[in-house]
Amino acid sequence: MSRFTRGFSGRGRANRDPRLPPGQYDTGNSWPVLTAEVTPRLDTATWTFRIEGLVDRPTTWTWDEIHALPPSSYSGDIHCVTTWSKLGVTFNGVSVDTLLDAAGVQPSATHVLAFSHTAYTTNLPLADVTNGKAWVVWDYEGRPLEAQHGGPARLLVPHLYFWKSAKFVAGLRVLDHDEPGFWEQNGYHDRGDPWLEQRYQGD
Amino acid sequence: MSWKQATVVDIKQETARAKTFRLTLPEALGHRAGQHVIVRLTAPDGYTASRSYSIATPADESKEFELTVERLEGGEVSAFLHDELTVGDELEVRGPIGGWFVWDGDSPVLLVGGGSGVVPLMAMLRLARRTGKSELVRVVVSVRTPGDLFYADEIAGPETTLVYTRATPSSFVRPPGRLSADDIPPFAAGASAYICGSSGFAEAASELIIGAGVPTEQIRVERFGPTG
Repeated sequence: MSRFTRGFSGRGRANRDPRLPPGQYDTGNSWPVLTAEVTPRLDTATWTFRIEGLVDRPTTWTWDEIHALPPSSYSGDIHCVTTWSKLGVTFNGVSVDTLLDAAGVQPSATHVLAFSHTAYTTNLPLADVTNGKAWVVWDYEGRPLEAQHGGPARLLVPHLYFWKSAKFVAGLRVLDHDEPGFWEQNGYHDRGDPWLEQRYQGD
Repeated sequence: MSWKQATVVDIKQETARAKTFRLTLPEALGHRAGQHVIVRLTAPDGYTASRSYSIATPADESKEFELTVERLEGGEVSAFLHDELTVGDELEVRGPIGGWFVWDGDSPVLLVGGGSGVVPLMAMLRLARRTGKSELVRVVVSVRTPGDLFYADEIAGPETTLVYTRATPSSFVRPPGRLSADDIPPFAAGASAYICGSSGFAEAASELIIGAGVPTEQIRVERFGPTG
């Protein structure tokens, strides 16, 4: 239980949107950019996405090949650990289920490590990227995903804090153990559930 | 990492829109230059609002540290800090946060900050000066006008290049204009670069720094979102 702050009453809370997890605020029409690396300029002509590790058929898709897979979309909210949330957004791409099914996940698999075309990585339990919970997306509100937001394609795992939704995603490595990624090695929570406020190590 | 009760020991008007808050803790934060803390405000009914703020000072023997906060219009937390908080008040903080945008004072660096993005870089510059390692650091700071420069009485020095984009001090030779390749000072071979500012500034600065010869993987970026 936190102590209250002298003189602080908070505003706008009567109208607080129930879609906002604790400690988050609605960023409205803006979409803050928080990337720790230089934004890469990736060419879709040479772009690839790969599933590797504990799978029966390690598979690499080109830009055209991944677009030929059954489309899948997400409409809902996204939540950044820096306390902004963006409500009612729509992304289009492909379900991670489709990609993992094509590669054939082996029974011993428990986690994935998402890796980007930069040096970025982030780890996720397999259960957080299967059964309709995760996508690879390249379209935001009907337009190509901008580079500053992770385009040409990023991972989308909207039920977790947004650092898990790796920008510039290049693939998933399927593992039988948990392997901390970039921010997870730098003080952030291993799982990152916004409804449990799992922001930092120890939360 | 638990919440800590900090006490405000000093408040300084940094610019027309920014204040520096000096806080003290029962135990030292033990942070690294470049890290940030979370500030949490709690209303009597339990409602909370939290924001991240970069620490402007390196760790030292004291249990004190400084945050410089720009007042954002409609910003729930920044407006409270600017308009309500007074010396002697308590403030909940948590941290230090972030193990990436940090410098421990032992390798050559090129620091490039835009506007309020100078705050974590100032912790690094202060660390270098305090430890006699100024030769490791080159810092470029871009602001709109002289009135927008944080730490104006301290930041100038042999390490520092100032860039004004809209208006300059009267004696300033460089005409106002955006940061360009000519503004990047010579820096040590093998230097890493730390860029902090708005997303647009960070993009532009990244391109210049890559052009100046710093490999992409040696560039660390911290982009400021509109965190009110």
